[in-house]
Amino acid sequence: MEMLRADNLAVSRGGMPVLEGLSFTLAAGQVLVLRGPNGSGKTTLLRTLAGLQPPLAGTVRCADDAIAYAAHADGLKVTLTVRENLHFWAGVYGGADIAPALAQFNLESLSERLAGSLSAGQKRRLGLARLMVTGRTIWALDEPTVSLDTASVALFAAAVRAHVASGGAAVIATHIDLGLESDVLDVAPFRANGSTVHNDFDSGSGVEFDGGFL
Amino acid sequence: MIRLFTRDLVLAVRAGGGFGLGLAFFLIVSVLVPFGVGPENELLGRIAPGILWLGALLACLLSLDRIFALDFEDGSLDLLATAPVPMEAVVLMKALAHWVTTGLPLVIAAPVLGVLLQLQGSAYGWLVLSLLIGTPALSVIGTFGAALTVGLKRGGLLMSLLVLPLYVPTLIFGAEAVRRGAAGAENAVPLLLLAGISLGAVALLPFAAAAAIRMNLR
Repeated sequence: MEMLRADNLAVSRGGMPVLEGLSFTLAAGQVLVLRGPNGSGKTTLLRTLAGLQPPLAGTVRCADDAIAYAAHADGLKVTLTVRENLHFWAGVYGGADIAPALAQFNLESLSERLAGSLSAGQKRRLGLARLMVTGRTIWALDEPTVSLDTASVALFAAAVRAHVASGGAAVIATHIDLGLESDVLDVAPFRANGSTVHNDFDSGSGVEFDGGFL
Repeated sequence: MIRLFTRDLVLAVRAGGGFGLGLAFFLIVSVLVPFGVGPENELLGRIAPGILWLGALLACLLSLDRIFALDFEDGSLDLLATAPVPMEAVVLMKALAHWVTTGLPLVIAAPVLGVLLQLQGSAYGWLVLSLLIGTPALSVIGTFGAALTVGLKRGGLLMSLLVLPLYVPTLIFGAEAVRRGAAGAENAVPLLLLAGISLGAVALLPFAAAAAIRMNLR
């Protein structure tokens, strides 16, 4: 079953086109891994899919409210506990039970800790646990494994596997091998004419990059 | 939506949340004015409505840049934008939380500080009433200003410049209502205009603010 279709998509970042002519489909049970060097437009593509910015050209077709987006920033409040953070997002998305998400990402023993006192990898696990309480079918993930250790990457891979096995799908921009059965979409050949890849910023350092253009 | 409101309240009262900041500022301004103006009770009593309204307005302004900036920095705003909650509702809840944590304490504190400024006895009721009607407009207009400047590094000053002119009508009618009330004159007109500004701002500005946030998140 096709869940998402991108037709002849062109996306821009800070007014500059970065990708064009991109077409792909995503079916239920599929994991699509986006590959490409830093600055090649993976983050921009994911933000476009998530509806945070309109495409320059082309269309993205998917069901309303199907995509859960996870960016580099985890959207955590440092003065709330792990449980409160997750509980808040569960409430926003309609009140799913947070216990399975805590269990999946091995956060139960941390649930009463303030998010501000967590390590970077623990924060990331909490950020990813948020995906499970959204109840959304398509996960759009931007470098989800940053600062995760090997064991946590395995936890994450297991979560994605369970998600797609239950009829979901995922688009993941990542540089590492997650050990998942996945299709790879290399975005580099779709780079827009005239755009250049800078090595001095990571494709994902979104906040700084936006700031530079404002 | 209620979750967002309660979360903002909890965040405001936890460490670094800024609850009480506006209130403390209001207190400082009201305490300092008599030192600057001198101990002339009659003069103080005459300018007290204006000073209290101005103090409340500036105290409100002080906490505006936190409304969206923190959520933008930690990525929550991106996630809220993709959540099944309309951005207009997010804006409205944020404005409501701002009012409850900033505007409402100011309304409650104002009569106490009125004593320091020799506010006339007949004016206390009108002061509380006018602030109660007017501070929601301050919060909503301020939320709009915060939405316009979200994503700008250190956009607080620019936001103040954008928001202060929009605060002018609220200040004029708010202070005028108290002044007329204190003098025993007819003050229904400024109060009604104040209510009109608040209702108009609450009805219209969330849409403008939501549009501004969507633009700024691109």
